Amino acid sequence: MDTLAPRPNTLGRHFLYVLSSNPVTAIAFALFTLIVLTGIFGPLLVPYDPLATHSARALEPPSWDHWFGTDHLGRDVFSRVVVATRLDLLISVAAVSLSFVFGSLLGAMAGFFGGWTDRIIGRVLDTVMAFPLFVLAMGIVAAAGNTIENIIIATAIINLPFYARMVRAEVNIRRNAGFVQAARLSGNSDLRVLATQIFPNALPPIMVQLSLNMGWAILNAAGLSFIGLGVSPPTPEWGIMVAEGANFIVSGEWWLTLFPGMALMLAVFTFNLLGDGLRDLVDPQRRT
Amino acid sequence: MQLTQRLGAIGYRLLQAVPVVFGIIVITFMLTRALPGDPAVYFAGPAADERSIAEIRAQLGLDRPLPVQFWSYLSDLVRGDLGTSISTGQPVTHELMTRLPASLELTLVALLFSVLIAVPLGVLAATRPDTWIDHLCRFIVTAGVSLPTFFTGLLLVYVFYFLLGWAPPPMGRLDILYLSPERVTGFYLIDALIAGEYATWRSAAAHLVLPALTLGLFTLAPIARMTRAAMLQVLASDFIRTARSAGLNRRKILLSYAFRNALLPVITTLGMVFSFALGANVLVEKVFAWPGIGSYAVEALVVSDYAAVQGFVLAMALLFVTLNLVIDLTYTLIDPRVRLGD
Repeated sequence: MDTLAPRPNTLGRHFLYVLSSNPVTAIAFALFTLIVLTGIFGPLLVPYDPLATHSARALEPPSWDHWFGTDHLGRDVFSRVVVATRLDLLISVAAVSLSFVFGSLLGAMAGFFGGWTDRIIGRVLDTVMAFPLFVLAMGIVAAAGNTIENIIIATAIINLPFYARMVRAEVNIRRNAGFVQAARLSGNSDLRVLATQIFPNALPPIMVQLSLNMGWAILNAAGLSFIGLGVSPPTPEWGIMVAEGANFIVSGEWWLTLFPGMALMLAVFTFNLLGDGLRDLVDPQRRT
Repeated sequence: MQLTQRLGAIGYRLLQAVPVVFGIIVITFMLTRALPGDPAVYFAGPAADERSIAEIRAQLGLDRPLPVQFWSYLSDLVRGDLGTSISTGQPVTHELMTRLPASLELTLVALLFSVLIAVPLGVLAATRPDTWIDHLCRFIVTAGVSLPTFFTGLLLVYVFYFLLGWAPPPMGRLDILYLSPERVTGFYLIDALIAGEYATWRSAAAHLVLPALTLGLFTLAPIARMTRAAMLQVLASDFIRTARSAGLNRRKILLSYAFRNALLPVITTLGMVFSFALGANVLVEKVFAWPGIGSYAVEALVVSDYAAVQGFVLAMALLFVTLNLVIDLTYTLIDPRVRLGD
């Protein structure tokens, strides 16, 4: 009867199964690994100092020396694009983690306690959602000050309602489920039941949301720095590099814009594909 | 549904918008009061001493308790007064009103373009699953949500202005040769027609193509995705099967039975898409130096013109709430199934 015994590596096998059944997901995981590795080791590997200017070699098109060309100050675009990966990832990971933690907290409270808690939290979230979200983020950064921390906080606030609503729904349907009542009967406190029984069960769909949200957070943060918020000029960051390149696109220096823009697109695309892949991974209907 | 019942439903829906509008006003008010710096110090300039700062603080009313400040903010708002922009010296309301038509013209043309492409695409993809058009639809949907608007805009400028020379330079709404048409609606495409200036109309249209295309590409994906999903769901339902077995022709089933029912979720999505479009508008206006409220806000942000930014955020939020309200009311009017308080 060993086929019925729980196998410790079921999830691992399922993971491999999903990867092999859908090559697109496998590509997404490979790209994801590549982006994370670039974020960690990129600054150590780049051929040039991303901040070093070299006015004699300004605005050179891509060549063997400079794979992605050089910008108006003679800085190596390739090095800058690679080094920027870490900052862009950090901003979006920080923002998404913040909205995940606080969104889950608010959503779990609203879903578990119901009544007035639910109504007040719901109202506040509705009000946030009533703003065009990117515009609200602009307003928050403008009011709180033009720093990277505030870009992170603003991106976290505009993404928070999505998590809160999702967690609220997931917690709400399990509030009186059999296993929850059993846990209560055996003497667990409300908070303990919520944290150890209900919330873990709500996690899988939230993980999918997390990945889809990462792409959207990167886009948002890059958009904010494109209009001149948050990251200040010499720092390599994709949004601001596209903004700097924008001044040269009408005179035909395309490489300043194209490469950081492509890096941005690739990152967002990867997280979106990954989200779809994760959905296959956690969706029980796909399990065989 | 009876007429009185419908009116009741409309009234109830209008009433529901009140707390949301109030919440929006509270948040925009808090945004300016949450400033880390002291606005009085900022307004007074670098050469100010203690006394002149205190004077300006009193002048701006910043020394009063918060509820009092909120009350005066509210009463200013009711009179349509959003304060004065410190960078231009003009009332913010006036600036926003003169620039709003430019943004609206861009957004509406973009939405029209994306609806005209996305809805037929979604319908075709749903009626022909797993054909090339379905795959195309899926590709556009996945790629579309990954596109940074400002980047697509710049790519289009490079290809159509620099390489091909088809598009005018990305600088505003008209060539410098033309004067803006006499203002009736503020929409150059309409005003130029009214004034009968066809050369101006052509120039305005040429300037509008690339920005509208950029914004439209961004909004295409959610609309196509929703149309496809809604159509698939409707086509699988019983009444379509009945209509098929009754021998109605394919065209009739698709257009008057399936499509009309699939339209409702698509309209709901349009509300959300409009929110995205208002945000993306800011980026597109910056790329194309489009003189709308988005680029006004960006300029204001750069010089920390708080009244202008606050007015912009408030105006955008109110615009969005109004649009959602209109969508909901249209629902109440066209869909007999939508009832009171749903």
